[in-house]
Amino acid sequence: MRYTLLTHYPEGDEASLGEEAMAEGQRAFAAYAEALHAAGVLIAAEVLQPSDVTTTVTAVDGTLRVQDGPFADTKEQLGGTFVIDVPDLDAALHWAGLAPAVHWGAVEIRPGATHVVDGTWVPND
Amino acid sequence: MGPERLSGAEHVNPAAAAERVARSSYGRLLARLAASTGDVALAEDALGGALEEALRRWPSDGVPANPEGWILTVARNRQRDVWKSAAHRTGRPLEHAGDPRTDTAGPADLDLDAVGDRRLELMLVCAHPAIDPAVRTPLMLQTVLGLEAETIARLFAVPPSTMAQRLVRAKKRIRANRVPFVVPDRSVLTERLPAVLEAVYGCLAATGARQDDLVGEAQYLAVTLAALLEDEPEAWGLAALTTLGLSRARSADRPYVPLDEQDVSLWDPRLVAEGEAYLRRAGGGGPPGRFVLEAAISAVHAARMRTGATDWAALRTLYEALLIVSPTLGARVAYAGVVGRADDPAAGLALLDQIGAADFQPWHAVRAELFAQVHRHDDAAAAFRRAAEMSDDPGVADYLLARVTPSSG
Repeated sequence: MRYTLLTHYPEGDEASLGEEAMAEGQRAFAAYAEALHAAGVLIAAEVLQPSDVTTTVTAVDGTLRVQDGPFADTKEQLGGTFVIDVPDLDAALHWAGLAPAVHWGAVEIRPGATHVVDGTWVPND
Repeated sequence: MGPERLSGAEHVNPAAAAERVARSSYGRLLARLAASTGDVALAEDALGGALEEALRRWPSDGVPANPEGWILTVARNRQRDVWKSAAHRTGRPLEHAGDPRTDTAGPADLDLDAVGDRRLELMLVCAHPAIDPAVRTPLMLQTVLGLEAETIARLFAVPPSTMAQRLVRAKKRIRANRVPFVVPDRSVLTERLPAVLEAVYGCLAATGARQDDLVGEAQYLAVTLAALLEDEPEAWGLAALTTLGLSRARSADRPYVPLDEQDVSLWDPRLVAEGEAYLRRAGGGGPPGRFVLEAAISAVHAARMRTGATDWAALRTLYEALLIVSPTLGARVAYAGVVGRADDPAAGLALLDQIGAADFQPWHAVRAELFAQVHRHDDAAAAFRRAAEMSDDPGVADYLLARVTPSSG
């Protein structure tokens, strides 16, 4: 079953965190990705650039409105997504618990509903 | 499928037979059905439908020789039909393990004893970390004990629609997230156990002093859990605690009497013996946990049946141990009361002053008792009245008000 792990944590860059903390974070992410891959559970993973370079678009009365900045102006921002395929929630909890982001913020575990295969939406099982 | 009928000599009332199955086997049937799909709500609907079908068909077809097996078969067919129509609608293949489409057992095979008891899995699901703690006991009451949502709402003093919504949401989460119906490895099970015991204990606490039927149900749940786990001391402790509590269960028409003043001839000696046996099974597993200690405390009170007196010194020792593992407000107040009886009332009052829980009904009740013992009658009267007005049990309130005596000057 497909679950998406959404990581939420306050953003920091090298200036605010320091070189060593940044490097440590990157090491942690690399190890995590490797573990997910080795277990054969990883479908896809993205770590996102910070929210100050993000742009939001919405339709207001049918007209597209483009805005500088994220959807919600919160202290914790979406840091990245990991789509995994594991047998049940306990397995998903196990992997979410190993994400480095649990130490910086929180990891949301959302079961998937439907996904795209060859351009068509296919219900998850 | 033609059900085997009972021989003509046995006339069993069909409605009574169906109700007996519902009462005695609901949890086992539901667990079996839900474990195969991971969908508790679907299982509830299927089982409810099967029980209705029994009530419709047994009067004319006769009560089957294996009523549980019949109901299980019909319920599984209903689940299968829902899955088939879902697959037809969405066009997706069904590859779920334990797919009810592929369960081809006939009625003769569906011996409820033989198919395996999945209630432990169901209890673990109800108390899963991803389930809101506030809904775990209600979920257990509904699924393992088969209580109606309205009844559960009353026990928790929330509107029925609120409770119904919470239960629906919890079951939706179980299905959507695929909370597994498995008994995990020993180490994981040990981690999960406290939440399960808390939820079962919640079933006991929710019933209050008057609901004899429900105290019996909670006891049944605790004993079932302990037996399924076999060698978990805290589970046996909880089984002992609930059984000893049941031995003294107060029926609606009897007035409230404090534990140490109750007429022991009204206690059920078989349940006392059963509770003491469970407590013995809990022993020898290292330092006692909270439920073993609470059960031991209850057993000291029960021992008055044999000795004629309450061993307050033993209670003091047990409460001291309990306060180390579980220093709840209730335990601290009870300890103060016990110190008041074992040592002297002034010492008990001093402890209560340290606790200072003026929002807590038992604090006032114990304080009142100790005031009375040191002849501070005005303070006792005020405390008894306060405790009475804070109590939500009319029998307890009556007792407390009756203790208010005019000041002797």
